[in-house]
Amino acid sequence: MTSITDTRISIAPRHRLPAASFWTLTIAVVVALLALLPLGFVLWAAAVTGWEMASQLIFRSRVGELLANTVLLVVFTIPICAVLGVSLAWLTERSDLPGARFWSWLCVTPLAVPAFVHSYAWIGQWPGFNGLPAGVAISVVAYFPFLYLPLSAAFRLLDPALEDQAASLGLAPFAVFRRVVLPQLRLALCGGALLVGLHLLAEYGLFAMIRFDTFTTAIIDQFQSTYNGVAAYMLALVLVLCCFVLLGLEASLRGRSRYARLGSGVARRPKVARLGKWKYAALLVPAVTAAFALGIPVLTLGRWLIAGGAGVWRIDEVGLTLWQTLVICLIGGIATTAAAVPIAWLSVRRPTRASRFLEGCYYLASSMPGVVVALALVTITVRAMLPLYQSVATIVLAYVVMFLPRALVSLRASIAQVPVEIEQAAASLGRSPGNALLATTIRLAAPGAAAGVALSSLGIMNELTATQMLAPNGTRTLAMAFWALTGEIDYAGAAPYAVLMVAFSLPLTFLLHHQSKKIAGR
Amino acid sequence: MKTSFTLAAGVALAVSVLALSSPASAQVKDSLTIYNAQHEGLTKEWAQAFTEETGIVVTIRQGGDLEIANQIVQEGANSPADVFLTENSPAMALVDGKGLFAPIDKATLDQVLPGFHPANGNWVGIAARSTVFAYDKTKLTEDKLPKSMLDLAKPEWKGRWTASPSGADFQAIVGALLQLKGEEATAAWLKGMKENATPIRGNSTAMKAVNAGQFEGALIYHYYYFGDVAKTGENTKNVGMHYFKNQDPGAFVSISGGGVLASSKHKEQAQAFLKWVTGKGGQKVLRDGTSFEYAVGKGEASNKMLTPIADLQAPKVEPSTLNNAKVTDMMTAAGLL
Repeated sequence: MTSITDTRISIAPRHRLPAASFWTLTIAVVVALLALLPLGFVLWAAAVTGWEMASQLIFRSRVGELLANTVLLVVFTIPICAVLGVSLAWLTERSDLPGARFWSWLCVTPLAVPAFVHSYAWIGQWPGFNGLPAGVAISVVAYFPFLYLPLSAAFRLLDPALEDQAASLGLAPFAVFRRVVLPQLRLALCGGALLVGLHLLAEYGLFAMIRFDTFTTAIIDQFQSTYNGVAAYMLALVLVLCCFVLLGLEASLRGRSRYARLGSGVARRPKVARLGKWKYAALLVPAVTAAFALGIPVLTLGRWLIAGGAGVWRIDEVGLTLWQTLVICLIGGIATTAAAVPIAWLSVRRPTRASRFLEGCYYLASSMPGVVVALALVTITVRAMLPLYQSVATIVLAYVVMFLPRALVSLRASIAQVPVEIEQAAASLGRSPGNALLATTIRLAAPGAAAGVALSSLGIMNELTATQMLAPNGTRTLAMAFWALTGEIDYAGAAPYAVLMVAFSLPLTFLLHHQSKKIAGR
Repeated sequence: MKTSFTLAAGVALAVSVLALSSPASAQVKDSLTIYNAQHEGLTKEWAQAFTEETGIVVTIRQGGDLEIANQIVQEGANSPADVFLTENSPAMALVDGKGLFAPIDKATLDQVLPGFHPANGNWVGIAARSTVFAYDKTKLTEDKLPKSMLDLAKPEWKGRWTASPSGADFQAIVGALLQLKGEEATAAWLKGMKENATPIRGNSTAMKAVNAGQFEGALIYHYYYFGDVAKTGENTKNVGMHYFKNQDPGAFVSISGGGVLASSKHKEQAQAFLKWVTGKGGQKVLRDGTSFEYAVGKGEASNKMLTPIADLQAPKVEPSTLNNAKVTDMMTAAGLL
């Protein structure tokens, strides 16, 4: 469809385009500016702090410790996730592993368990497990699906002809894998690894619970001691720099090579590798992964639910919290998707350098950790925009900043599937461009929008850090309630909240799984 | 006309954002917003009983002592809060230092024990807690316990104890140390602590770690122990309680405070709430409830399980001058924050 759209741009009368695109572009720019507010704030705070104060707060041994912790965490977690992701994706997509479909679902399901619930489950089993080993182990089970998803999609899209040719030229099977398959997985590997890395930098609950300090936990400590002191800003600055390092690394490793089939024809289905006598040994990989990533949460939650009995399901408390959570998730999800509409439409119908640049801005903004977004919004609203302080609008803005790309991806895919001719036909029948858009593209893209709302709502439901800092008075989400109760080591009381978060997230992770299949054309 | 849709969409978005942006604390006449840093369960119990008696609806915002204190300072005259409740005094001193409290009714001040409100009467004690060294009974015997909290900075305690330095509870203890022993001694002690202690987030977690044999002791407050014993006792089986006494900095009794914001639009209700909390009804909740904090009302008994407050031999500390800004700066400098 893109080619048709492109032609249209070049042949359409010049004066027809600007008005509609102008306003859409304006809204997209405003959203981008709002999204970049937190990043701008941190840089501004650094600028006004002054070099002497800043260097005193940045170049101290505590920051060194935190940096060492962060680097070690990333350096250990990402490669383990990558190896696990590649193995699982290969086994479920390219081998005759028994029950491959079932395992493939199980590989995505850990995403339904919030990272801090994973942590809670592990220390429920092994109370003494803490520090770096615990941080790495729990991060791996919580985040490997971020690598598994793109990798399994990539495996499905591989053109087996390339592998056949390599083999026919005399490469051994493993060499084929290393020299032909792996390079084609590079995009998926880099993208997934970046996502894992950004989550490692931003996560609070997971690490706070197992006594492992990162920049995010240290910023929260400072926030709890000083609300929004300079020391917190400076830690946020270093954290933002760490994010930039990850983004830069990803951009440079991703490379510019493209791997696509040229000429006519369709790639045939890849050959399924026969595991033979290794079948049962291979089964151990997904089985062990599932045991750690799903078995442990199920076991711990089950244990605490039994210990708590019916007493912990207090309908006045749990029910109210659930209701508040659902309302805030829905508002946040709809707002996020609405904010993504202009850029999604532009990037499909009017792709220009400006639209690509704006898209980059959204991705950059959303890669800022929740703690930084919240710290910035708290300070800006309390100092300069009091009416918005502690308001639903501010927390919704934080969610839009953090989760916009999730909505964007689904929206764009579904807008791209609507032929522009339908929109033009509507216009030719006398509708204004806006109405034509509303009556055709927007309506047909509704499933994508719904998916966007669902995906961003999932993020909001399991978000703890920013929610805690920005929640309006009297608001309490499932994540907040869970966290408050675990802080008082009331693990049984916290279990119902964890179960509810998982129960609501489950259908959404299945949606994710389904989407990744669809992208791969199945 | 071409732009009608995008315009409409933009306007709709703007309107919905504005509609949502009305401040969350609606100004109902008989309502009260409490910024609460006390235990959530305790304040909820107080609030429910108070609402039942008076019909005044209470909204609670939960946070940490200093988080909320600094938040109130930032909000200044526009703070939505009517009442501020803390676990410790430094947060009260911080807000009072900025002149943001209205004086407490004399009748309320007269209800609490002498010394449990600052001399200027701008806030009032609502409960109290004692510092304690919770230790592993299977590893330490009485004679091996530290005589003073200051001993914990000595090299022989390296790697043996834990605490929660990011919490306001611990920072209040350091504040008392600073007032009692001065800056130099405090800096030296914090340096020793950085060497010796493993920081943990949360006092309950620290006690749990001691019970699990990960550390020999934890410098925390007393009520965590009693709370656990009253529940299941699973985190206290091996834990003993060591009160330092002898006016040691480690025998510090921290006063939880309550104050009425000068900017409050519901001062009458706010004063009534603090009067109720420090009076019979509120103090009875401390005695019979599950908080296990000390009662501070005149003639009000604390829970029977607790060592009587008079036997704790606490050092004399002036609550209104506990300087938490200095404490966090010193702890940041020591690498504990």
